[in-house]
Amino acid sequence: MPRMTMIEAIRDAHAVMMEANPDVVVFGEDVGYFGGVFRCTAGLQERFGKSRCFDAPINESGIVGAAIGMAAYGLRPVVEIQFADYVYPAYDQIVSEAARLRYRSAGDFTAPLVVRMPTGGGIFGGQTHSQSPEALFTHVSGLKTVVPSNPYDAKGMLIAAIEDNDPVIFLEPKRLYNGPFDGHHERPVTPWAKHPLGEVPEGRYTVALGKGEVRRAGSAVTVLAYGTMVHVALAAAEDTGIDAEVIDLRTLVPLDVELIEASVKKTGRCVVVHEATITSGFGAELVATVEERCFYHLEAPIGRVGGWDTPYPHAQEWNYFPGPARVGEALKRAMEG
Amino acid sequence: MDLKLSLHVPEPEVRPGGRPDFSGVKIPKAGSVKRPPVDVDPAEIRDLAYSIIRVLNREGRAVGDWAGSLTDEELLAGLKTMMRVRAFDRRMLMAQRQGKTSFYMQCLGEEAIACAFRKAIEAGDMNFPTYRQAGLLIADDYPLVDMMSQIYSNRRDPLKGRQLPILYSSKDHGFFSISGNLATQFVQAVGWAMASAIKNDTRVAAAWIGDGSTAESDFHAALVFASTYKAPVVLNVVNNQWAISTFQGIARGGSGTFAARGLGFGIPSLRADGNDYLAVHAVSKWAVERARRNLGPTLIEWVTYRAAAHSTSDDPAAYRPKDESDAWPLGDPITRLKNHLVTIGAWTEERHVQAEAEIDAEVLAAQREAETFGTLHDGPGPSVRDMFEDVYETLPPHLRRQRQEAGY
Repeated sequence: MPRMTMIEAIRDAHAVMMEANPDVVVFGEDVGYFGGVFRCTAGLQERFGKSRCFDAPINESGIVGAAIGMAAYGLRPVVEIQFADYVYPAYDQIVSEAARLRYRSAGDFTAPLVVRMPTGGGIFGGQTHSQSPEALFTHVSGLKTVVPSNPYDAKGMLIAAIEDNDPVIFLEPKRLYNGPFDGHHERPVTPWAKHPLGEVPEGRYTVALGKGEVRRAGSAVTVLAYGTMVHVALAAAEDTGIDAEVIDLRTLVPLDVELIEASVKKTGRCVVVHEATITSGFGAELVATVEERCFYHLEAPIGRVGGWDTPYPHAQEWNYFPGPARVGEALKRAMEG
Repeated sequence: MDLKLSLHVPEPEVRPGGRPDFSGVKIPKAGSVKRPPVDVDPAEIRDLAYSIIRVLNREGRAVGDWAGSLTDEELLAGLKTMMRVRAFDRRMLMAQRQGKTSFYMQCLGEEAIACAFRKAIEAGDMNFPTYRQAGLLIADDYPLVDMMSQIYSNRRDPLKGRQLPILYSSKDHGFFSISGNLATQFVQAVGWAMASAIKNDTRVAAAWIGDGSTAESDFHAALVFASTYKAPVVLNVVNNQWAISTFQGIARGGSGTFAARGLGFGIPSLRADGNDYLAVHAVSKWAVERARRNLGPTLIEWVTYRAAAHSTSDDPAAYRPKDESDAWPLGDPITRLKNHLVTIGAWTEERHVQAEAEIDAEVLAAQREAETFGTLHDGPGPSVRDMFEDVYETLPPHLRRQRQEAGY
């Protein structure tokens, strides 16, 4: 089976879908001739032509707004926002338009588009290249929000997202593009080539939206994570020797509640982890869900680890990033509680 | 007749492997564009949005109506400022490659625009710059050590390690904090200028944006506000031909020039040679005077070329011919000003070489001093405590708890 980085897997998902369906079009800033600043669309323009993959003016509102129009016409637009930190000008189009078009027209019009964007820190990108805005999307009815954590899922979920008839926000943790980063920034980078989930089948396959996956089975405590933090949580379990069950949520909305509930009822303890700022983060939703469904099974307060409530700093990146040490402390607290 | 539609996607003239071709860039003779009075009716100067105001001719002489806004001494100082910006860029690019910081962006080839513009405004005026106007600070004698400390995120960094390298901020030097988002601050400059008018003050604002970012909605918002309220603002569009890999035609579309964007708003819109220090100063002065006399906004498209990569994360060889920069017909701003000063007898090649060495030594000394305060990965950096400050005016209880949890 071919081995791919997450970038190659995303590129391949585009190619598979563009080959299979002439209605799939791809555009965004620098995505055409150059193939994207992270190279996720490299070669697509050459292969499928300029009217299927092209450079857009620097106008995120325009990119998403135009994609909505195309989607309403019947195309399957997949657009790239260069960094999630730049999505805010498009927020009105996403929230007021894409998310509600089906509802307000009673299904007369729909907007089956995918908005891809690199998220998260770990590259010394400062405030404008590090943010994790997933909660801004999960709060909006009508959107599906997904965060793959490895090449296999990235390809399968992107294909599923393109085939989905609702708008999908596809968040790509950029620190995972080239390897399963576990937060140990002082250690050498591990490439995807050495990871089982770097094995990516050729052709079309899907990873269903709305389904999580157990990455590490355990009996002591359930860790709910997504994106980069899945690998950080695995490292924290390893470092502390705590037999954690690490769940990769993969899709935040719609959430795989059954998987979460079964695990927490088994372990009786739970820690939720994300990189985004903690206050009103998606972790709050997870804590509430676990509390509602598993309260009588809990043996300790639910732990929550996230980014501090500050803008993402430049120099203090590793003090900001919730690495394995902080997650490990939360695991220990959950075991003591 | 075939009535099927097809999508038009603009393409640059040449891609890697091709011969650079700027034959489509129409360049009027230096001195050929008339200088109108500042209170001219905007309707009478619509042609200035399609021309290029130039002062320095091929022989290195200053010619035409727009010549004469600076003395020889001021020009010499301007030359040295541009040389300082270039030496600064060279040193900091090298520092980034040596791992002393995470990221860097050069102004290479565009030095004249910020350096000369700074000399056309006054203390108290405010720039809302992009990441390629470091010359605004250097021309205003902002300490190089502080700029470098910001780039290094070291313990002297005025921004306490919070911002990406080169996203400077200095109210004292009329340099608004750069957010790093594109175009967002173009309209803020208009608001700042409106405030000056509301307060019956005398200060003016300068908005800055690149060719690519004029596509953003905020650019158009800025134009409608500036037009409606006749805000005392100079709207600078730096057209350096490339927005990372995207050529300027993608943002410009069918409008011919970026200056022409202003015409629909009734804003006097000029196009000028951004690699001609004299032209930049004279045109800036004209626009600043209009603003100061309460005559309203001016849009200026500075025609230039981004000679370097977009940033240290970019390699332009992937999307444009390697020698395209050499073929750029408006030349290099430092070479052109130097040739002018030599031509008029105010400077010599020998003194230029000597000045280069002196400026490089000055920049190197500043770099050494900055490095005594640390570099990004070789601290001591700013305190982790600083990470929690300035989110709000006073530290709220939840952030205090988080700071304690972080161990500070």
